[in-house]
This record gives sequence, structure tokens and C-alpha cells, in this order.
Amino acid sequence: MTPALQGLLTIVIGVSGCVGYFYFSNQFLDKVLFPPRGPNAGRNINRANVIRPWLFLFPALAALGLYLAYPVVETMRLSLTERVPGGGYKWVGLDNYIQMAAEPKFWEAMRNNMFWLIVVPAMSTAFGLLVAQLTDRIRWGNFAKSLIFMPMAISFVGASVIWKLVYDARPAEQDQIGILNALYIFFGGTDPQTWLTIPFWNSFFLMIVLVWIQTGFAMVILSAALRGIPEETIEAAILDGANPFQIFFKIKVPQIKTTILVVWTTITITVLKVFDIVFAMTNGQWETQVLANYMYDKLFRANDWGVGSASAMIIMLLVAPILVWNVRNARKEME
Amino acid sequence: MSDIAGTKPALRWVVHASVLFLVVLWVVPTLGLLISSFRTADQISSSGWWRSLFPSEQNLTLRSAAPETQVLQNGMYVIEGKLFDENQKATISRWGISSRDVTAFVPDEVAELRRGGTITVSADGDYRMENAEEFTGKRGVRIFVTAELPSEFTFDNYHKVLLDQSSTDSMGKAFFNTLTVTIPATIIPILVAAFAAYALAWMDFPGRALLIAAVVGLLVVPLQLALIPLLKFHLSIGIGKGYLGVWLAHTGFGMPLAIYLLRNYMAGLPRDLIENARVDGATEFQIFTKLILPLSFPALASFAIFQFLWTWNDLLVAKVFLIDATGQTTVMTNRIVELLGTRGGNWEILATAAFVSIFVPLVVFFAMQKYLVRGLLAGSVK
Repeated sequence: MTPALQGLLTIVIGVSGCVGYFYFSNQFLDKVLFPPRGPNAGRNINRANVIRPWLFLFPALAALGLYLAYPVVETMRLSLTERVPGGGYKWVGLDNYIQMAAEPKFWEAMRNNMFWLIVVPAMSTAFGLLVAQLTDRIRWGNFAKSLIFMPMAISFVGASVIWKLVYDARPAEQDQIGILNALYIFFGGTDPQTWLTIPFWNSFFLMIVLVWIQTGFAMVILSAALRGIPEETIEAAILDGANPFQIFFKIKVPQIKTTILVVWTTITITVLKVFDIVFAMTNGQWETQVLANYMYDKLFRANDWGVGSASAMIIMLLVAPILVWNVRNARKEME
Repeated sequence: MSDIAGTKPALRWVVHASVLFLVVLWVVPTLGLLISSFRTADQISSSGWWRSLFPSEQNLTLRSAAPETQVLQNGMYVIEGKLFDENQKATISRWGISSRDVTAFVPDEVAELRRGGTITVSADGDYRMENAEEFTGKRGVRIFVTAELPSEFTFDNYHKVLLDQSSTDSMGKAFFNTLTVTIPATIIPILVAAFAAYALAWMDFPGRALLIAAVVGLLVVPLQLALIPLLKFHLSIGIGKGYLGVWLAHTGFGMPLAIYLLRNYMAGLPRDLIENARVDGATEFQIFTKLILPLSFPALASFAIFQFLWTWNDLLVAKVFLIDATGQTTVMTNRIVELLGTRGGNWEILATAAFVSIFVPLVVFFAMQKYLVRGLLAGSVK
């Protein structure tokens, strides 16, 4: 069977399966289990209403539990065990973590990740805020925003190819085809640089790719927040003689502080998971390793599930504070 | 209220100029790849893509026709021909016949050939060689020209990448594989999540707040953690690596965002509407299908776009759950990474392959930007 047909069949089976499940389980509840008739009609209606939410929730909860909650626990377990030849697992305590901590590549990944965590959210949010503010009052603002937003639709892999061309380097005597080197030569540089192999700075060239993608996201959210600022506060500031910069930094930014924080944390999460860009552009060579790619290396190249899971747990650990913060905010909002 | 623009014209100009600068900065990288995908391999490697937008002056080394084509005219041996194709509208400014002085002559000047005879080249590339004796040798003479060539674009790369079945660079199959992954992985989670979102928004039951909090928490769990446990699980229940596995994985990973977006939207629907329907005796199932689903269309569309973009652009999940050793089920992102490895210097193939994969999300993006923005605004945890 061709995959296309299989896909079509899956859609039909999946959709009709879902609809069928919801329809028939509700029918079963109302007609067979607790029919709202006879001597116990009232009690039956109540009972059916107690069960019904769980009918609606069951498939989603199953998917969430199996595909997200269970793996967290299982990864934790795997990170404390080691595969023994011939199948089965052996409890090794913290050995995997100790082994990982002894690897220079791990610390390189940690160091780079810290830079990523600082630079990408900061620059994306700053650029996003800048564009949001600048485009707020100009006529072609929406058009400009739409173009800056566009990289959001492009895959990390596609973006990697796009930027690899930007960073391309040719020998000095040839015409440069990478625009960065062409500009570098134009402004007086002598030797074309292979940007992606310069240790330390190459990580920043990779970060630019993610900043390029994430700025649009920050811009959209912050732009909406800026528009939500009550006009009176700005009018009052103008009457008091504030200049545009004061209005922006002293009036507008403080009022959208929470939104800025939300944007910042959301991009932080994306950064922690960034894999494709490093994988496609340098594959962690030239000291550009990051945690997610380190983990992929361990899991699928070295086939070391123990250390791989341990590094995954490190990512989880870094995400955890944001997770707690989000949950707390969500609960606060519901009250 | 025009606080920044308007009052001060100078500042207004600065604003326009900065926005223009940023837009150019953001668009140029993509534009470079797009233009490169319409150029030949030679063009890409000999000059930057930005040069192709304007007629460019190039130094070319060409060769006249071989002596065997000579004809006898009025007692002179003559070789005539054109240096450029009919449809190439080049203009020669200087030319030469020695590599030491490639700009020795202007068009229509007559040059003495080293092995006897004369040659003249006109500005449009027509040349004429004359000799009293017969031209000898196998090959024609070399002619060095400095010519202004118009920008030239070709669809050959796309033809090769998309349609050429024999080519190892073919993306056609990967394109359909990506499509096969994406569509079920977009539709199925919507349906599952919509029911759950309705229960979380409008049904009362113990533990509801806790479940919502759990969904918010799972929203940020890195899917990296799920790779090994789920691969083990898929292998143990016999799904192995394949489409079913990747559909299930995407459904699971997309679920928190789907539930979160849809619940927030549904919770904002007017209470009266639902209460009235309940009073009128509609069952919960009817309320959901007849009332909630149609009203939630904007939220459904938002999530559908997210999930579509995410599954289309995904590399990691496909690598882990789909692509097996045979490589028959490779997706476009994976093909491009492979090309980066094997064809790192072949920009015409890379650029074209990348654009084939970028094209569909871009169309979706520009067509449905409204819903994407709405979804982003609703989806970022406040």
C-alpha cells in the first residue's frame, strides 16, 4: 500500500474512530448505563454527568499521559540505569551523570547553551520590541511586520541553508558568493572568513539564525501588548512634556513588563530545545555543541541511552523553573 | 495620538528608515537563496547572487569554431560564427586573443592571429577569421572577451530536483512523504483535543483545575525526553519506525498546545448560549458538535496552522520515529540535511531543495497569517 493511501486511510480511520468513540460512548452512557428514565431517572442523570467529562477527556489524557508524562518518568529511570549486553537494564545510580560531567563536550554544550539562553531571548525580544514600536504608527507597518514575521514559517533546516549561503566563504582571489564575506571585503577586510569555524564566535553566528526566526514571534505578541496600553497614560505623559524616548521606556515598557517576560520565557524554552540549527549547520563541530544536539549524539550515534537520558534530564531541569512559573500563573489567572 | 511620528518630521524619517533597514535585513537572506535557486551552478559559484539582478560585466574565455568549418570565399579561407547563443543578449566591450592581454582590442578591431590570418570580433559576439592559407589544427582559437551579460534565470534546478526520477537529488518523493506525515498529524489531534477542551471549559467535575494546570505544565516539557521511552514503546508494541509511529508522536506532542488554545477560546464563548442550549434539552454531545465546534473555528484554524507548520518543518521527530535504514520514508527536512552533507558546495541543488520545502509553509503563512497571529496571542501563557 502506498504511504499516500495509507495516510488517507489513517485520516478516515482516525477521524471516524474519534467521532465514533465520542458518539457511541455518549450513547452508551445515556441509553444503556444510566438511562434518564424509570424510578432512578434523576440519580441516573447525575451519574451520567459525573462520568461524561471523562469520556470527553479520555483520548486526550491518554495521549498526554503516554506521550509526555510517562516519558519524563521513564527518562529519569533510564538516566539512572545502563543497558547490559543481551538486553535488560542495570541500576547504576548517578554513574551516568558522573560520566557525563567528566566529558569536556558536555561542558562545552553547557557553556554554549548558557550563551544561547542569554543572547537569543534578549536579542529576539529587543528586536521584536523595536520593530513593534517602530511599525506601530506608520502606514506600511503591517506589511513590514509581515515580512519580519515570515521566518516563523521557515523550518530550522531551511533557515540553516539560507544562512549557510550568507556565511559562505570562497578563497580570497575569487568573487565571494556569501553576502557576509562580500560585505566584509567591501568594508576593507582582506581575508574572507569561514565564519562557522571560528571558535567561540561561531556560536553567535548560529544564534543569529534563531534570533532571525524568533524576532517575528516577539514582535507579534509585543505589538499587541503595545496597542493594549491605555491611551490616557501616553497622553498624560505628552502633556507633561515627556519626549518619545521617555514615553517608550518610562511609560510603555513598564506597562507591558509581564508580556515581555512571557515572550522571554517562551523563547527560552525554544532555545533549550534547539537542535536542528546546530545539527544542520555545524553538527556541534568547532566548539558549537549544544545540549539538545549533544543528547542526540549520545542517544543515536553513541547509542548510549544512559548518558543520553541524563543529558535530557538536564534540559528538563533547566525548563523546570519556567514550567513551575507558568503553572502558577495559569492557576492565578483562573481564580 | 501620534506620539513619535508626526510632531517631528526628522524623527519620522528616522523611523521609516530604520524600519526599512530592518525589513531589508530580515528579507535579504531568504531572497538570496530564492534567487540562487534560479541560477545555474556556474553562475552561483562565479558571482554573488546580488549581481544577478543587474546586467553584469564578466570576463569569459570562449573559443571559435574549429578549422574544419572553414569555407573558401573569394580566395580567402573564412571561419565565421557567433560567440553567444541567439537569445543571449551580450555586449562585448573589449576582447583579446592572448591570455596575457585579454582586453587588447575593442569590437570590430582587426587582430593578427599568431598562426597567420586575422580575426575580428563585433560587439554582439559575431566573429570572422580570414586567412590566405588554409587554417590548420583541430581546435579553434581562444577568444577572451569582456562582455556585459544580462541577468539570466533558469527553471532547470527545479526541474531536476522535483521531476528527475533518476536523480539522486530528487525531492519529489520526500515531498509526498512530508505531506503524508503532515496531514493526518494535523487533523487527528484537533479532534481529540477539541472534545477535551470542551470538557475542561464547560463541564464541572472534580480535578478540573488540576488538569488544566497539568496541561500548562506539559506545554513546555521538551520533547527530547520522549524520544527514547517512546521509541522503546513503539518497538515493543510492534509499530516500529513508520508513519503510524510518527502520526501518534505528533498527536501526542501537539496535544498540550491544542487543548490549551482551544480551551481558552471555548471558555471565552458566552455562557448564556450554552446554558440556554442545556435548558432546551440538548445533550452535551449535541452542544459540542452543533454549537461549540462551529463557533470555535478561529481557534481550530489557529491550531491547525501551528501543527501544520510544526509537523512540516520538523526534523527530529521524523528522524527518530519515521526514517528507517531503507531511507524510503525520508522527509524533506532530512533530505536537505543529507544534501548539506554530501552536496555542501552544490548551491543550485541545495537552494532549490530548500525552497521546495519552504514554499508550502510560506503560502500557508501568507494566506492564513491572521489566524496564526491570533493563535500566537492566545497561546503564549499569560
